[in-house]
Amino acid sequence: MSFSPREIRDEFLKNNIGLIGIGILGALFGLSIIAFVTIPAESLRQWNDPASWLAYPKSAMPAWINYFLPQKIPEHLVLLPQASTQKSGDIISVTNLFAVDYQYDSFPSDFIYQYGAKYSGSPLIFMSVARPDGMVLQLISTSLPSARTEAKFTGMIFSTDDSMKKNLKNNSGKFSFSLDTLSSGDIVFSKLDQNKILKGHYIFKVTIYNVGGNLSLDESKFILGGKVYGLMGTDELRRDLAVGLLWGTPLALFIGITVSVGSVILGLVYGVFAGYKGKKTDETMMRLNDIVYAMPVLPLLIILAVTVGNSIFLIVGFLVIFGWVGIAKVSRSMALQIKELQYVEASKLMGQKGWKIIFKHIIPQLLPYTFASIAISVPGAIITEAGLSFLGLGDPTFPTWGQILHDASSYGAAERGLWWWIIPPGIMIAITGLAFVFMGHAMDTIVNPKLRR
Amino acid sequence: MGFARYLAKRAITMFGVLMATLLITVALVGSNMDTILKQSVAVEVRTAITNDKHIIIDFPSPEALEKYIQDQIKQREIVLGLDKPWYTPQRLGLAMYRILTLDFGHAKFLTSDTGSSDVKDIILEKMPRTILLFTTATVIISIIGILVGAIASSKVNSKIDKITSAFAVISSSFPVWWVGLLMIFLFAFVYPIFPARATPTVPVTDPGYYLSLLYHMSLPLITLVLIGFGSWSYLVRNFLVGVLQEDFIMAKKAAGIDKKKILYSHALKNAAPPIITILALGLSGSLGGSIITEAVFDWPGMGRLYYEAIGVLDLPVIIGETYVLTAFFLVSIFLADILYGYFDPRVRRQ
Repeated sequence: MSFSPREIRDEFLKNNIGLIGIGILGALFGLSIIAFVTIPAESLRQWNDPASWLAYPKSAMPAWINYFLPQKIPEHLVLLPQASTQKSGDIISVTNLFAVDYQYDSFPSDFIYQYGAKYSGSPLIFMSVARPDGMVLQLISTSLPSARTEAKFTGMIFSTDDSMKKNLKNNSGKFSFSLDTLSSGDIVFSKLDQNKILKGHYIFKVTIYNVGGNLSLDESKFILGGKVYGLMGTDELRRDLAVGLLWGTPLALFIGITVSVGSVILGLVYGVFAGYKGKKTDETMMRLNDIVYAMPVLPLLIILAVTVGNSIFLIVGFLVIFGWVGIAKVSRSMALQIKELQYVEASKLMGQKGWKIIFKHIIPQLLPYTFASIAISVPGAIITEAGLSFLGLGDPTFPTWGQILHDASSYGAAERGLWWWIIPPGIMIAITGLAFVFMGHAMDTIVNPKLRR
Repeated sequence: MGFARYLAKRAITMFGVLMATLLITVALVGSNMDTILKQSVAVEVRTAITNDKHIIIDFPSPEALEKYIQDQIKQREIVLGLDKPWYTPQRLGLAMYRILTLDFGHAKFLTSDTGSSDVKDIILEKMPRTILLFTTATVIISIIGILVGAIASSKVNSKIDKITSAFAVISSSFPVWWVGLLMIFLFAFVYPIFPARATPTVPVTDPGYYLSLLYHMSLPLITLVLIGFGSWSYLVRNFLVGVLQEDFIMAKKAAGIDKKKILYSHALKNAAPPIITILALGLSGSLGGSIITEAVFDWPGMGRLYYEAIGVLDLPVIIGETYVLTAFFLVSIFLADILYGYFDPRVRRQ
């Protein structure tokens, strides 16, 4: 029953499945690090705040879907400016250039220019677009509200703006079809001879002039509305699913590993203690074990989450409460065998204390088995937590995979065919579970040579 | 220790579990339950008084009337024992006794399809549907599982064996309810064969209701079987592989008995005790899991009732359901014990 760590490592390296498990786990840890580095914890709080997702499209498919489609669906693009400031005498002008290579097969749904300006006086704003065919269309020229002292103004220019339409209709002579019923986007991105997409490089140019006062622009961006977005698409609440999926990784790993380590250690110590003490202690402890073992886990978890609370740490605790029983049973029976061994008898005769024998002589013997059971019990913990979240009982402050699926289900994503909202979270849950199952399986074959046949 | 004593001991443990689960449930929801009961008593008394014109006329001022109402509420609370907190032994005992005798009281919001708000009626109405779905699924799973497991165990390390193992590991890594969502996507959206919501659209009184129920059951049933049979056949395979390595099988092989006969009659019989135990446990376990599965498919059984009860915090329903689910769970564990003892004489003679 005893193995040296070296033996275990060598055996493990020979086991392909175990190595695959390690590989997946490494990738998941990599994803977690990426999540920590690229997505600040602050945006985690914005997950449930609809206001912070306004610039995103609703239920947009992932952008890579275009590789499989003959007709390219326009991507939802959030463009960042190329800014430059010029000063000549009293006049200060800030220019923002937004370049886009438009290669999609239908018109964008709309476009929005968003900006924040700090100024005094009454600046003027001009917006124009240079098309691939060299034509320049004036879109808008308007003034910002005047301010005596320096003020900050955040504004948006929508493609549905009436004066923009009017400006565009001034060019109706150049187009060989009527512009009356068309939206601004349909005109700007259209060919001249017929109302079809003109592909190529477009440059949107926004210039703000101010005379006499100072002027600075920040937070300006240009949103080109489309129907596909990013790596993972967006959900009904316009949230970028890539953010949720990425953040779900460290959360799932945290829940899975904490719960399994906690319950295995608790069960191990409990079982070994009962087995070592024997007699009445063993009997009572095992009856308690039987009672917890036979309790219906999910209903009780639900009641606990509803009444006590559903913070992520509490849920980890609840899962540990029900998770230790199986391990306690097995480690008790193992302890019963080990305590009969001669070296344990010997140390008892030498007058060593009970707890010292347990921790020094019995538990180390059970360690390989312990590691295997930790790995094997991780997926169960992850799936149970995901189930609770799916029922809407998870910690609402964190976007776990279960929570994403809960939202998907409550917005009827399955019936409406929003596959990108359903498939990735489930696959992530399964992959994470599989990584641990593979590792546990590899450990198991080392610990129980009988399984190798 | 005789088998009877063994069973008696198990029965006592089971009863202890039932009581412990109930006590935990009552303790967890107790304080909320108190507030709800007091509120309903207050509303009851107030409407009774304000509806009675004769009483109202007797009072000179609204303040006096209000005082009278408050006094009446207090009295009623004392009669019902609500003046003492829920954790006093009397009230706990009373609560437990009522639950034991299946007196769950009236639901706060939920009603049965026929309109009754008695929790017992609601649960009894939903129970057959849950049992129908999960028993059918378990029967199909175990038949497929035993067949596939037997085939895999007879050809250890063959392709079919490896596929079975791989399928078992992979299928058990996916949450059942997620596969349910996927099935809804596939068979209700991409190929609209089955309805997305498993609640029949025809009313209960309609003669076609049961046919419609069966049609709506197909998608959850397929999902449960698809996810369940993999790990089940893997278990059967493992037990059989263990038995097939025993000496008596070797002896039978040496005696020239047909390989198939050895596998299906001799080996399977010896692997039966653990298989049956796990079957019983699996059935009860799936009943617990019914909460999520039924919520996904909108199957009108006990699981969805539980889910709805949590949504509106209908405590009498939650307590009643927990009791029934626990009782189911324990009965099946107990059955598993009896069956194990019946099939494995070693347990009896211990």
